[in-house]
Order: sequence, then C-alpha cells, then structure tokens
Amino acid sequence: MELDWSIFFAQFISGLCRAMVLFLMASGLTLVFGVMRVINFAHGSFYMLGAYLAYSLTSLFATTPGSFWIALILAPLAVGLLGGLVEYLLLRRIYGKEHLLQILLTYALIFIFGDLVKMLWGVELRIVNMPPILSGFVALAGQEFPVYYFFIIGVGFAVAVGLWLLLRLTTLGKLVRAAAEHRSMVEMLGYNVNGLFTIVFMIATWLGGLAGVVIAPTVRLSLSMDMDIIIECFLVVIIGGLGNIWGALLAALITGELYSLGILVLEKYAMAFLFGLTAVIMILRPSGLLGRGVN
Amino acid sequence: MDATGKSKWIVGLAAAVLLIAFPLIIERLTSQYYLYLTVKIMIWALFATSFNLVLGYGGMMSFGHAAFYGAGAYCCALLLVKTACPVWAAALAGPAFAAAIGLVIGYFSVKIKGVFYFATLTLAFSQLFYILVFKWRSLTLGDDGIQGIPVPECISTLESYTNYYYFALVVTAICFYILRRIVQSPFGLILNTLRENAERSTFIGVNAQKHRLIAFVISAFFSGIAGVLLVFLETSLSPDVLKWSNSGEVILMGLLGGMHVFLGPTLGAAIMVLLNSFVTSYSEYWGLCLGLTLVLIVLFFPQGVGGLVHERLEARAKRKTA
Repeated sequence: MELDWSIFFAQFISGLCRAMVLFLMASGLTLVFGVMRVINFAHGSFYMLGAYLAYSLTSLFATTPGSFWIALILAPLAVGLLGGLVEYLLLRRIYGKEHLLQILLTYALIFIFGDLVKMLWGVELRIVNMPPILSGFVALAGQEFPVYYFFIIGVGFAVAVGLWLLLRLTTLGKLVRAAAEHRSMVEMLGYNVNGLFTIVFMIATWLGGLAGVVIAPTVRLSLSMDMDIIIECFLVVIIGGLGNIWGALLAALITGELYSLGILVLEKYAMAFLFGLTAVIMILRPSGLLGRGVN
Repeated sequence: MDATGKSKWIVGLAAAVLLIAFPLIIERLTSQYYLYLTVKIMIWALFATSFNLVLGYGGMMSFGHAAFYGAGAYCCALLLVKTACPVWAAALAGPAFAAAIGLVIGYFSVKIKGVFYFATLTLAFSQLFYILVFKWRSLTLGDDGIQGIPVPECISTLESYTNYYYFALVVTAICFYILRRIVQSPFGLILNTLRENAERSTFIGVNAQKHRLIAFVISAFFSGIAGVLLVFLETSLSPDVLKWSNSGEVILMGLLGGMHVFLGPTLGAAIMVLLNSFVTSYSEYWGLCLGLTLVLIVLFFPQGVGGLVHERLEARAKRKTA
C-alpha cells in the first residue's frame, strides 16, 4: 500500500490539536503536583464544568455577537474561582496527612461534580456552537483544515509561552518554583505558602476550565467527558514525569501525534498505543522523560 | 482458652447459625428481594475483602480493581454463552483470567516508586480494559451487554434465591477462610511491614516488588470469584461492572468499615449495598451521596466505623487490665 502523504499531514495537524488540549489539561495537573505534591483526580471535572459553563454562557448570550468569546473569558474564571474555593475549604485540611486521604478527597470530587453537572444540565448531549469567525476552513498542502484547529493550537502555544514567562520572570513564578523545591524554606522566609497554594490551584483549575471551553465546540458534551480526558492526562504526566510542565508539553505532543497517526494503523484501538508507550517508558525511564520538579 | 477467645467463638457460632437460618426467616417475613440483597452484600463483601488485601494490608492504592471483578465476570459469561464449556470450568476460568490481568497490570504498577503513580496507573489500566470491552463488540457485544447467561438448575435464581444464597454463602465462606489464612501467614505479615515501612523491610532482605505483586495477583483472583458470583446471580452482564466508579465503591467500603480489621470491608459492603438500594429508590444522585460520604469520612473519620469500634473495644480492654 502506498502511503498517502496528505492524509498523513492531515492527521499530523489533528494530532497537534489533540496535543495542545492535552497540554492545557496536563500542565494544570502537573503544576499542582509539583508544588503541592497532591494529584488532583478531579481535574477532569473542572474541565467538564468549563465546557458546560461555556454551553450555558453561549446560550445565554446567543444574541450577542461575541458570545463564544464571553464564554472563553468567563467560564475558565468561574472554574478557577471554584477551584480556589475547593482548595481553601477542603484540600487545605489534608496536606500533611496520608497520601491515601489526599487522593480520596479529590477522587470524591469526581462523584460530586459529576452528579452536580447531571443535576444542573441533565443527561442529554449538549452542543456549543463554533464562533462564526472560526468556523471556516483553510486549504493547506492540498487538504482542507478547520480554522478552529489552528485556534486550538494557538491557544496551547500561548499558554505554554505564558506559563514559561510566569514561572521565569514573575515573583509568583519564582515562589512557585521555590515552594516546589523546598516548601518549609519558603515559609521560613516569611512568605504565605497557604495563599500560594490557593493561587496555584486556581491557576491549574483555570487551565482545566480553559481546556473545557476550547474543546467544547468540537465535541458533544456528555457526562463522561471528565473521566475520558483524565485517563489520557494521567498517561501524559506519567510519560512526561510528574511535576514537570515541560515534560507534560513534550509528552502531550508525543501522545497526541501517536494517537492521531495510530488511528491510520489501528482505527478503533489507537488508545492502545498510548498504553504501550506508557509501559515502555515505565520500564526504561520510570521517573518519566523529564524527571522531577517544576523548572 | 481465655475469655475473649471464648466470646469470639460464641459470636462466630451465632453468626453462622443466623446466616444458615436467614433464608427461612426471610421467606416467612418479607419478600425475596432481601435475599437477593443479602447475596449482593456477600459478593461485594468478597470483592471488598480481597481488595483490602492490597489496600489495607499491602498499603497499595489500587484505583482499578473493577478491572478484575469485571475480568472474572466477562471471562466466565463469554465462555458460557459462546462456547460449550462446562459450567465449573467457566467458573474457574473467570478468576484465573482475572489473576492473569492482575499479573499484567500489577507487573507495571508495583515496579514504580511513588503512591501517586500506583494510583494513576491502576486507574488508567482498568479504564483501558473498560474501553476494550466496550469497543470490541464482536466478542463482548459492547454496551448491549450479555443477556440470558445459562446457569445450572440447582443454583438457578428463576424461582427462588434460596439455593443460590447457600451456594454463594459456601463460596464466600471458603474464600474468606483462605484470605484470612493468607493475612495471618508470614506472607501476610511481610505485607504489613511493607505497608508500614518499605525501606526498612527492604534492608532486612524482603523483596518488596515480588511480595506486592503476589498480593496483587491473589487479590485479583478473589475479585474475579466475586465477578463470577455476580454473573450467576444476575444472569446478564454489561460493561458497567468495569466502570471506574466500582473501583471507588470498593475503596469506600474498606474505608467505611475499617481497613485494618479483617471484617471491616464486609461491614462497609453491607452498609453500602443497603444505602445504595435505599438511595437509588428515591433519587438518581447516588454518586453525590457516595462523594459526600467519602469527603466526610476522609475529613472526620479516616479510621472508619470498624476502626472506631475497634479502638473503643481496645480502650475498654486496657482500662479493665489497668
């Protein structure tokens, strides 16, 4: 069989798109782990909330021209505020305790948020309309691509650059990196580590909410979208190295492409490639591609 | 025999008599539904107790045990529906297959250091198994599920649950006996030391990975038996048995009843099954109830109901001796 390069290219672009959504999610997951040493199992729930909020906001402002953009700004903000509340009211109580209790607390949130979404939005599949300006197609190398693909890739790229600037140049970023290295030292220097944790968790859940809004126009929103995404995110952070944002970016790119190109080989079971890769990484480099720590 | 040993025997004997007489009492008093519910409690109790070998005794945070429960169930059901395999062989193949899946998932999961890796990996692998069963329609019938699984007449639940009740009781009792022996054996004690301090145990020459893997496979095997018992009870099967929430429920059972007491998960299973039957008859928000219970336990009673009772009893015993 002769390989059709244009199909290959098309899958490459869609893989890039997938990778960027995964990166938006995994960066939040890994940021929280790097700083607070807690895995947020409910990260997918914040993503789902972002998507459903985008649905409500776009329907509410359906007559306003920029409804999608309003949702793009407001929904992640609301999700981030909710995240701050969750950190302040719940997570704060269990930092020093057993790992099992920490995991179970965030795990419990999957159940709670899942049912809250069911209560508020019902079980029907929901659709978010694409903003008109992004709903066209562009021709590239003999193939037509949705403009929206490039929007997703752009958002992912912007967030990667933004996170880099935040961590490298701002005081907040320096504190985050310092707290990841040595929490008690930062505390001794007189900084409010508790407040820092709340801010980090808000940023992480904001990223989750943003991923949800961005993905919303391309899928049908359903109650299982929280678990669907979190499993892939786990694989990404394991491959990249827990706690490392750039590891998450690298791993997201690899898994996104592996999945999209894998579809050409094994249509239904492309997920299996991701698990295969994870297994190989675990044998060869158990701490992930880029080791530990936020840098 | 001292006084506490004697009272333990009396309690055990009374429980056995009660369990054997239970169907006769139920038939007089109320509907068969409660017999069905009791069998369900037994199945979940077996599942939760075998899971507790991994979490409570081994200290390994598996978030993917539904995979083994479902593997046992699916293997047995598919053999019965698609082949001329005799029932006993299918019933044995279920747990064996579950143990094999446990070996594969366990091999990778125990290899890696760090509790968070273990938790995320087991959840991810079990979800892979769920997706596989869901999508491989030609083999598993996907989300249509398998209906009308043939069950031998002697334990059929068509007319009454009584026969099946005794069958499940005997199977569960045997499994409990074996699990109890495992927990009390030198192997079980090593598992305990690994939970308490893995580093020290390694220094005195314990092969941590090997022991953890063995415990994981044993646990998968018995979870598979629970899955087979479920198949015979329901005579139908859907991918829902493999859902991630089942792994969560079994954790909550252990936590609720107390993970460090052998019968703790059984108590948890009884509470959860009854609560589930009560809540789901009134509302469709079982998950919310589950999540809130979990949050409350984590924040306020991390030792569980069984742990609380256990602590009280020990405190009282201490006061008596003092």
